[in-house]
Amino acid sequence: MTPAAALLEVKDLRVEFPTRRGTLVAVDGISFAIAPGEVLGVVGESGAGKSLTGMAVIRLLEPPGRIAGGEVRLEGERIDNLPPDQLRRIRGRRIGAIFQDPLTSLNPLYTVGEQIVQTILTHLQVSPQEARERALGLLREVGIPAPESRIDHYPHQFSGGMRQRVVIALALCAEPRLIIADEPTTALDVSIQAQIIQLLKRLAREHGTAVMLITHDMGVIAETADRVAVMYAGRIAEIGPVREVIHAPRHPYTVGLMGSIPKLGAGMGKRHMRLAQIEGAMPRLNAIPPGCSFNPRCPRRMERCMRERPALVTAGTNQTACWLYE
Amino acid sequence: MLAFILRRLGQAVLVMLAVGLIAFSLFRFVGDPVVFMLGQDATPEARAEITQQLGLDQPFYLQYARFVARAVQGDFGLSLRQVQPVSELLMDRLPATLELSICAALMALVAGIVMGVYTALHRDSWLSQVMLAGSLVGVSLPTFLIGILLILVFAVVLGWLPSFGRGDTVALGFWSTGLLTASGLKALILPSITLGLFQMTLIQRLVRSEMLEVLRTDYIKFARARGLTDRAVHFGHALKNTLVPVITITGLQLGAIIAFAIITETVFQWPGMGLLFIQAVTFADVPVMAAYLCLIALFFVVINLVVDLLYYAVDPRLRIDRGAAAH
Repeated sequence: MTPAAALLEVKDLRVEFPTRRGTLVAVDGISFAIAPGEVLGVVGESGAGKSLTGMAVIRLLEPPGRIAGGEVRLEGERIDNLPPDQLRRIRGRRIGAIFQDPLTSLNPLYTVGEQIVQTILTHLQVSPQEARERALGLLREVGIPAPESRIDHYPHQFSGGMRQRVVIALALCAEPRLIIADEPTTALDVSIQAQIIQLLKRLAREHGTAVMLITHDMGVIAETADRVAVMYAGRIAEIGPVREVIHAPRHPYTVGLMGSIPKLGAGMGKRHMRLAQIEGAMPRLNAIPPGCSFNPRCPRRMERCMRERPALVTAGTNQTACWLYE
Repeated sequence: MLAFILRRLGQAVLVMLAVGLIAFSLFRFVGDPVVFMLGQDATPEARAEITQQLGLDQPFYLQYARFVARAVQGDFGLSLRQVQPVSELLMDRLPATLELSICAALMALVAGIVMGVYTALHRDSWLSQVMLAGSLVGVSLPTFLIGILLILVFAVVLGWLPSFGRGDTVALGFWSTGLLTASGLKALILPSITLGLFQMTLIQRLVRSEMLEVLRTDYIKFARARGLTDRAVHFGHALKNTLVPVITITGLQLGAIIAFAIITETVFQWPGMGLLFIQAVTFADVPVMAAYLCLIALFFVVINLVVDLLYYAVDPRLRIDRGAAAH
């Protein structure tokens, strides 16, 4: 993909947390791009830096976290160094966001209609009546039954799944080109998760909205994403089309990750086949090993992995940060 | 909703009866009223007669019932010292105390919220540090000392404001107000600051900590992610969520302000109920003390009731009945 065609382009992004005992690097020089209308899945274990990457793009990192380097470009324009007020105009208008917990994402003291109307009026030049009409349309679109009466209800009168639908309506209400969805289904019941994912997928297609879908659930990625980025210890281990990454993973970490997903039908006959797992745990931020950060757990470790850090290289359709493909 | 109010009213009546009992006990434990009226060297016959006249020979609960029945009608008898109905004395003094208290409370509320919000939003600015250090002084210095210091600076050294009294007042029916004359307003400034300073620092610290708490919540982050202006996020979304605890504390503190006006009124010789009460204590004027006690309790009870109703106005989660909360 050429950079000019990319909707969002992130280059060498670095997020740091200054602490009393030195600086922790939580996101270490990652680069990726999202094309218009594309769904990019970002997957990884807890603490891999996937949420921080999403928050860094819209600059909503919790202090003391800060962007320490790199570039974020939206439709070719740099947005990581914009003054706060200009960045605010981008949030919600050009980049929407959905957070993990719909129960706490909505302000309990305002009706859902008030919250949607306020967001619309912040970004679009419409009258309050038009904004309310739009809000009604959005609620209908995200599948809330009887929106005419529900619009004046407070968040606590909605169930978790319904609230996440409201949150999606809020993220969509100014027609952003990109939505950053940070674990949008993690806090929901499994039966609701599929509905929300289907909704998100449908709306993204209908509105031509690109989605950066952050999750630790490979199932969600497999079902939704066009491409997927696998993160490990603040770096991208592998990035590529979703089929390729799932069926032909290149990086040993991705291989281990795919092997640890239970499959129906696999191992029939052998009753007690154990699920494969990756030995060890992801390193803590203050103890990331030199060279490739996966080297202590890697079954195919070479001497070079202990010394030199691999860069992303092309391996077939995928790009992977591993010396095996040099 | 109606059931809630009725239950609250029932509780309020119980509280008032209990306070009435304490007030009533004052009569029995602060000396013998017969001796008060007749002196030490009265004949046994005269004592017996007056005892019967006052109903003191009747059983305790009958006396209490009679006290309550009369108190409900605002009749607390005559002041022992001024030989005037206690209710008249209190009504004369009530406007002075209420004007002072409400003025102090408003000042505390407005300045406290403004400073609390500022110190929460600009945590590291030097002005916030100054305000926080100042609030420590407000919390730790006793009221009377603050009053005396204010008198020293603004009345004695600078001579800008009067050091005592209420200035000129205007009678509006039974209500004598000092709010309509220049001297009355000037006289109100120092006592209001003295009385409100402690509450102001309390509200400032409360708003600050609540605000910091709310600013960390997901819905504030989500409001920012939607691109709302800082103004809308801070004042529309964050401040409103801090109001429930602030209303509670302010309500409770309003009662405390009225009750603790005693000290401020003494320092500034403010002709209010507190000063009347202090004088009554000095002369063991039991009816005045008992009536004052009941009146302050009534204020507390009414304010608490109003605070409970205000919750409903602010927080929709309390307002809606359970039936509508399905889905």
